[in-house]
Amino acid sequence: MNSFFARKFVIQGIFIAVALIIVIRLFYIQIIDESYLLSANNNVLRKVVVYPARGVVFDRNGKVLVQNEPVYDLMVTPREAKEIDTALLCQLIDIDLAGYKTRMDKARDHSPYRASIFEKQLSSATYAQLQEHLYKFRGFYVQNRTVRSYPDSIAPQLLGFIQEVNEKDIERSKGFYRSGDYIGGSGIERSYEDLLRGQRGVKNQMVDALNRPKGVFMEGRYDTLAVSGEGLISTIDRDLQYMAEKLMKGKMGSVVAIEPATGEILTLVSAPSYDPNMMVGRQRGNNYMKLLNDETKPLFIRPIQASYPPGSVFKVVAALTAQQAGIINQQTIFNCPGGYRYGGGRAFMRCTHVDGPTDLIKSIQRSCNTYYGYTYARMIDSRGMSGPQAYDLWREGLLKFGLGQKLGIDLPGERPGLVPTSDFYTKRYGSGKWRSGYNISLSIGQGELGITPLQMANIMAIVANKGFYYRPHLVKGIGEKKIIKKEFTEKISAGVDEKYYAPVIEGMSRAVNMPGGTAYSVRIPSIEMCGKTGTAQNPHGENHAVFFAFAPRENPKIAIAVFVENAGYGGTWAGPIANMLVEKYINDTISLPKYIQDRIYNANFIPKSQKKTEVEKDSSSNKKNTGRATQQTNRTAPAKKEFFVHHSQIGNRYE
Amino acid sequence: MNKIGEKSFFGRIDWLTILLWFMLCIIGWFNIHAAVYDPEQPGLFNLATNYGKQSIYIFTGLLIGFSILIIDAKFFISASPIIYIVVILLLVAVLIVGRNVGGNQAWIPLGSFRLQPSEFGKLATCLLLASYLSTQTNKHPNLRTLGIASLIVFFPVMLVMLQPDTGSALAFFSLVFVFYREGYVGNTLLILGGLAILLFVMALLINQWVIIGILLLLAAIFAFVLRKKRKHLINIGALFLASSVFVLCVDFAYEQVLQPHQRNRIDIILGKMNDPRGQGYNLNQSKIAIGSGQLFGKGYLQGTQTKYNFVPEQSTDFIFCTVGEEWGFVGCVFLILIYITLLIRIVNLAERQRTAFARIYAYGVASILFFHFFINIGMTIGIVPVIGIPLPFISYGGSSLWSFTILLFILLRFDSARKGLNG
Repeated sequence: MNSFFARKFVIQGIFIAVALIIVIRLFYIQIIDESYLLSANNNVLRKVVVYPARGVVFDRNGKVLVQNEPVYDLMVTPREAKEIDTALLCQLIDIDLAGYKTRMDKARDHSPYRASIFEKQLSSATYAQLQEHLYKFRGFYVQNRTVRSYPDSIAPQLLGFIQEVNEKDIERSKGFYRSGDYIGGSGIERSYEDLLRGQRGVKNQMVDALNRPKGVFMEGRYDTLAVSGEGLISTIDRDLQYMAEKLMKGKMGSVVAIEPATGEILTLVSAPSYDPNMMVGRQRGNNYMKLLNDETKPLFIRPIQASYPPGSVFKVVAALTAQQAGIINQQTIFNCPGGYRYGGGRAFMRCTHVDGPTDLIKSIQRSCNTYYGYTYARMIDSRGMSGPQAYDLWREGLLKFGLGQKLGIDLPGERPGLVPTSDFYTKRYGSGKWRSGYNISLSIGQGELGITPLQMANIMAIVANKGFYYRPHLVKGIGEKKIIKKEFTEKISAGVDEKYYAPVIEGMSRAVNMPGGTAYSVRIPSIEMCGKTGTAQNPHGENHAVFFAFAPRENPKIAIAVFVENAGYGGTWAGPIANMLVEKYINDTISLPKYIQDRIYNANFIPKSQKKTEVEKDSSSNKKNTGRATQQTNRTAPAKKEFFVHHSQIGNRYE
Repeated sequence: MNKIGEKSFFGRIDWLTILLWFMLCIIGWFNIHAAVYDPEQPGLFNLATNYGKQSIYIFTGLLIGFSILIIDAKFFISASPIIYIVVILLLVAVLIVGRNVGGNQAWIPLGSFRLQPSEFGKLATCLLLASYLSTQTNKHPNLRTLGIASLIVFFPVMLVMLQPDTGSALAFFSLVFVFYREGYVGNTLLILGGLAILLFVMALLINQWVIIGILLLLAAIFAFVLRKKRKHLINIGALFLASSVFVLCVDFAYEQVLQPHQRNRIDIILGKMNDPRGQGYNLNQSKIAIGSGQLFGKGYLQGTQTKYNFVPEQSTDFIFCTVGEEWGFVGCVFLILIYITLLIRIVNLAERQRTAFARIYAYGVASILFFHFFINIGMTIGIVPVIGIPLPFISYGGSSLWSFTILLFILLRFDSARKGLNG
């Protein structure tokens, strides 16, 4: 013992004091401050997105148009990949050693500890081979996911494709999509993206300090399941679509067929077409560029994006709107001396025939230019108002038929076509004092008018329905409950009373079914088809062949418009195509002689110069092509100027 | 050995201390298991893992401990200079042949085992210090004795600093408690020491001139209160001057003497720096681990922070994180209670020794255990800077466990033989 014994208590006191400080501090961080628990959870939890299967698309009869097919992504965790037999691996997945190295470096840059994609979308066959050897490659594993697949390789433009999201998509979705996600890029895939994509699930994955996955948090109590995308029932008839595409092979143009009673699109062909399976898989990027650079523009959706001068079909609309306006009636007769003289007798719009006195039915049946020249003159000049005013009234009637505006099809990229306003002409002629003679070619559907094949088919649906239409659409049922979008069940009036349709329909029927009718050669023995051949004027080359029709006359099942670019006369090419499709759809047979069928199948109207332009330096040829392309994409473009040729000079046949 | 001791050898051993020691070892073992536990390979028992090895260390520690209990207590007294010299030589050797791990040249590889001489330095220093100071107890505490005693501490400190292992070196300074108990350091010095630490922290946090202003104000108040007593006035004046100079020096010392990483560690503790990804990573993750344990903890093997390696060094220096995360506040308090019981018990054992040697040695043991306990837990919860020293008996590591065990069991040997030892 010594004198400093009492200091024992000081020392013990210090020990206890320090212990108390520690306990107080622990009390604070463990019990009072909750933020540490949060931080710990943030540390360890990673929300892993589980992608649902995309919705499947069926045709109207339940046949699959788009489905999902498993593909296999080869994944690698670079840090674990050691002692790899690179030569074997390269051989199995068909890459070279340099490719192996770049892929590995890329993966390592991403993270040495986390798995990243080494090679995307191996086919089932490659995967099967690889799988046998996979145990030899440490750090590699295969992750399967699904890609789109198209069993019949049809309808690429309307079905569309999916693609990886870009910055804009991410921004637009306010962060819903993340880099690497897929999104519908065109067609139904895009317009129904919200439904097809389904609902993503979230898995709460635990990770360690190096971000390596370490099992499921709380036995998955907070996980949500992925919900598969809705299945879509398309209005498309697979067999009809297939046949139409086959018929349009080697041609440029469109086929649109609509069920008049519902507005359901039975077939929508844009030729030239491509195999939708090209837009899937490892070669997608290359294929896409190939299609993008193709002179024949397979990515251009002609039925809704190309617009042509409507030609003959416009007479149908003109006849209907003029009757409704009280300008003409079924008994109105104009004399056709082989053309329409106007502008005080100085100008002449030729007709294809010299028919003499012509009534309304005959005017349709014979496609009389003279008749519609008179009708238009009355419409604009004799209504007790100024030219522009009368024109605007007339124009209003056209808009009700769906011309000059988007019809609202559920396919992105639809264009409105063109019906110029009166201001357009007032500006062009420098004053509002113009009369019918200034734009008389409008009377027969030429001049500045532009119409898409879809609009043309829709006019046929209106005529078939005698006065109304439903918005043409591609999807008639969504999901299990087969819900249809409300806007597609809305009956839209074309603004012309039912009674005025009779003479027009009679005229169209005679055109097909009466000997001497313009389309007599494409009649169908067992079906009364009402239709007309037409020609869309093309100042840059051969005219575009057009045929439009609906059938049967009573209780119409199908309204159709066929465009074959550069094919010349409509009765020869477009007519037989429509004939075969209509008969096939209604009767499931084809009565047209085999040799005609073969002639159609084998015809090729893709201009040779289209493919050569890149090498060809000839300026005229280039001009021709650009002019043509612009005409399709944008009817108002300056390149179209040539088109404003004076009506008097129009020398082509108008039917 | 005296006869009574031999008669009831086990009866004389302080079983309470051994129980506490054993509890700490077992707690350590379980927490090391939790710290290295891999949920993907939940093997039952594996000697290749840290907890497997630790069980060997604990078992060997037990053998060493009981071997010590049967060695003649006088052996340690007489052998203390030799032990000291051997350890000093090892500390020199480690600088030459040692293996550099994590920037510290602290380990001598011996087959698969790595010896860390600095851990044994504390033991040797305690023994020699006790040996020397016990010969001086008859004299009044004087500067010469203090000087020599300080030299005994200084040599190992210097050698450990050369590794450089600041943490282990600092542990030697805990021996100030021994000097205090033996009268070489007075109450005044203890208070001044405390004051110095306070001023140091404040000087880093607040502008030094503000502090000097506050000090001046305090000095004026005291001077006014004690104006009648001239002696106190001088003291107050001297104290004020010394404090001011000290405050001014702190900044200089802080910028010039400390290494950047040491400065950072202090800055983080003081909240002057917030850097959870860099320097502050260890501390931040450690606090998250302990803080997320809450009252009852996440449960054994359920700690996500420890299980998934967010906390570095979690089976050694940061083992307390596992305790905090998986056993919560309750578990932490329980562990602290065991430590405090052990420390107070050791002090009590010290005071019941009949020889000055045993008493001084016991205080040395208490000081060193206390320092490790305070600094280690303190750093994991952010009240002291991050200093890499183990938590005695809990942290993984053979050298650490054995040296602390030897340290403690020699004390128990002295205690069990206290009636036969006279000094």
